[in-house]
Amino acid sequence: MDIKAYIALSLTLFSIGIIGVLVRRNAIIVFMCVELMLNAVNLLLVAFSNMHQASVAAKASPTFASDAQIFVFFIMIVAAAEVSVGLAIIVMLYRNTHSIDVIFLNRLKN
Amino acid sequence: MNNVLHIAWLIPVLPLIGFLITGLGRNILSKALSGFIACATIFCAFALSIYVFMQVKNGNIHTAHYFDLINISSLKVGFDFKLDQLSSLFLLIITGVGFLIHVYSTSYMHDEEAKNFSKYFSFLNLFVFSMLLLVMGANYVIMFIGWEGVGLCSYLLIGYWFKNNNYTKAANKAFIMNRIGDLGFLLAVFWMINKLGTVNYDEVFSAANIAKLSATDITGITALLFVGATGKSAQIPLYTWLPDAMAGPTPVSALIHAATMVTAGIYMIARTNILYTMAPTVQHVIAVIGLATAILAATIAIKQNDIKKVLAYSTVSQLGYMFLGLGVGAYTGAVFHVMTHAFFKALLFLGAGSVIHAMSGEQDMRNMGGLKKYMSITNITFLIGCIAIAGMPPFSGFFSKDEILGAAFAQHPVLWIVGVLGAMMTAFYMFRLYAMTFLGKFRGTQEQEHHLHESPAAITFPLIVLAILAIIGGWIGIPEIFVHGGHRLEAFLQPVFAQSNAIAVKHEMSHSKEFLLMGVSVALSLAALIFGLKKYSAYKKEDDAPATGFAKVLENKWYVDELYEKIVVQPVRALSTFLNNIFEKKGIDGLVNGTGRFVNYGSRQLRWLQSGRVGAYVLLMVIGMLVLFIMQLFIKN
Repeated sequence: MDIKAYIALSLTLFSIGIIGVLVRRNAIIVFMCVELMLNAVNLLLVAFSNMHQASVAAKASPTFASDAQIFVFFIMIVAAAEVSVGLAIIVMLYRNTHSIDVIFLNRLKN
Repeated sequence: MNNVLHIAWLIPVLPLIGFLITGLGRNILSKALSGFIACATIFCAFALSIYVFMQVKNGNIHTAHYFDLINISSLKVGFDFKLDQLSSLFLLIITGVGFLIHVYSTSYMHDEEAKNFSKYFSFLNLFVFSMLLLVMGANYVIMFIGWEGVGLCSYLLIGYWFKNNNYTKAANKAFIMNRIGDLGFLLAVFWMINKLGTVNYDEVFSAANIAKLSATDITGITALLFVGATGKSAQIPLYTWLPDAMAGPTPVSALIHAATMVTAGIYMIARTNILYTMAPTVQHVIAVIGLATAILAATIAIKQNDIKKVLAYSTVSQLGYMFLGLGVGAYTGAVFHVMTHAFFKALLFLGAGSVIHAMSGEQDMRNMGGLKKYMSITNITFLIGCIAIAGMPPFSGFFSKDEILGAAFAQHPVLWIVGVLGAMMTAFYMFRLYAMTFLGKFRGTQEQEHHLHESPAAITFPLIVLAILAIIGGWIGIPEIFVHGGHRLEAFLQPVFAQSNAIAVKHEMSHSKEFLLMGVSVALSLAALIFGLKKYSAYKKEDDAPATGFAKVLENKWYVDELYEKIVVQPVRALSTFLNNIFEKKGIDGLVNGTGRFVNYGSRQLRWLQSGRVGAYVLLMVIGMLVLFIMQLFIKN
């Protein structure tokens, strides 16, 4: 399959993520959009990895092409850990402010 | 090092010590003590000067090196003293006349507070020190140190009564006008260093070094040095400070502004004579400026009523004659005139001081008259001074003035004619001064008349000594036509001017012609003298109608001060005002304040970016990333 389709899809997802982060005020939605961006990049990583599999360098070193595809799993694991921390912060925010609207979170103190 | 050099350094150091003692101890020294210290140091310096002079006369000419003032690879300036005929002669004049004036001052300044009295003497000693440095230095840098020193002392002493605002202004004027000239001097020294890498007289005037200089160099250096001389020696266009300098105490006028400091320019040019002889254009300029100054100042002196102002203008006029002498190559004549002028002009100033003292501070001649019967010594000595300056034989002024005029005639008869005209005016205004002061009836107030008295011995003693010198001082330079080998001064100074004499064009005059010239100038001066005496001996205040026409122009000193005010002071002021209001306030201040204001304003605007809203930050981040991407795209292609 043509690499351009993956790039287009990844870009679309990333842009949706950015726009979501920018326009939504709900912290959870913002958080989801961040995850969306992250995964858009993951997708791109896998796609490029696949593309390079056919290259000369890959033929010389078999592990070269699959590195990125495995690397993506690590990213997902780290992202999962990050999500748990992020969600915990949001829960704590709600307990303190009774709101998860990011607009109101413009102060570091109090 | 021989004996002379062992003690020569003491000559300037003694007045310096006197300056330090009287200056630092001004609060504890009594008047008598500080006066004594000041006079004693100068007297010792005078005694040493006589010794040095005798040594030099016997042919012991020395250049003493004491220490290095500047010592870098390309330039070496030593603290050197040169003791030769010219400097030893000046040493005698400075310390001799200086001593007499110190003695005079002890009495003249007696009404001052002890503190100010000491201050006065410390300044006077400092002045003598600087002046000695000026003439003893063996290079232009030492001369310049002395040159600046005398300028400073002149400033301090003119403004001695500094509580009077006008006097302070006069002091400032003298200082500033001198600075204009000093710049010329300094530039000339730099030029010399640039071309020759040395400022020592012996090296600069050596044939090898002179050969290195192009005609432009010589003309430039000599012209710039002359600019320095016009400042210090009060020549057109920088002469106006000297009459105003009369604000200082009268002995100061006698010492600084008549006998010594103002002759520094003549000394400098006489010292540099070889370069001037090689630059005929500059010489012509000097002759013309000197003559113009002589005439201009003489015309002004005719209409002045302040006794010191008349003498001041006559000093300017006589200095003009000296420059005329330098300009026509009569270096000996100029130096000779410096010497005789020091005698008779110091005498006249001190006599005027004695008169002012007796008149309780009155300086206006219109309120004087008839002082002859009250002050016999002052009267006689003053009369001798007047005859000497008027150039009557056999008084000193005749010989020196005539030598200059004779040399001027040899150069160009017109110079002589104008010079004689000036001499006539000199005779006229001096006897107008004498007649208005000493003859006729007393015109002052009753109180003043009651107070009139002959001055004490400390004042009359210098007057008598100077009067004798004013009579006989000229006899060391009797022209060849009267006595064979009579011009001993010329023979004495011959080595100093030998280089110039070797290349200068000789003008031989027949004896009959010389006699004729002398006769004519003396006869004309005598006529002017008698006319002045006749006209003013019966002067009455009531006869004095307000001056009109040309007389008014003279009374107002040709409006030169007003002219300078218009063409120099006001434009400079206007420029300064402009620079202050526009350039400084709007430009520089605007720039400085603008920087602050811009940062202030800019940060206030930028503060809106720091809203604390996460969304806004993210938006900016995205925009930034987009910009980077786009840039990269364009750069790549």
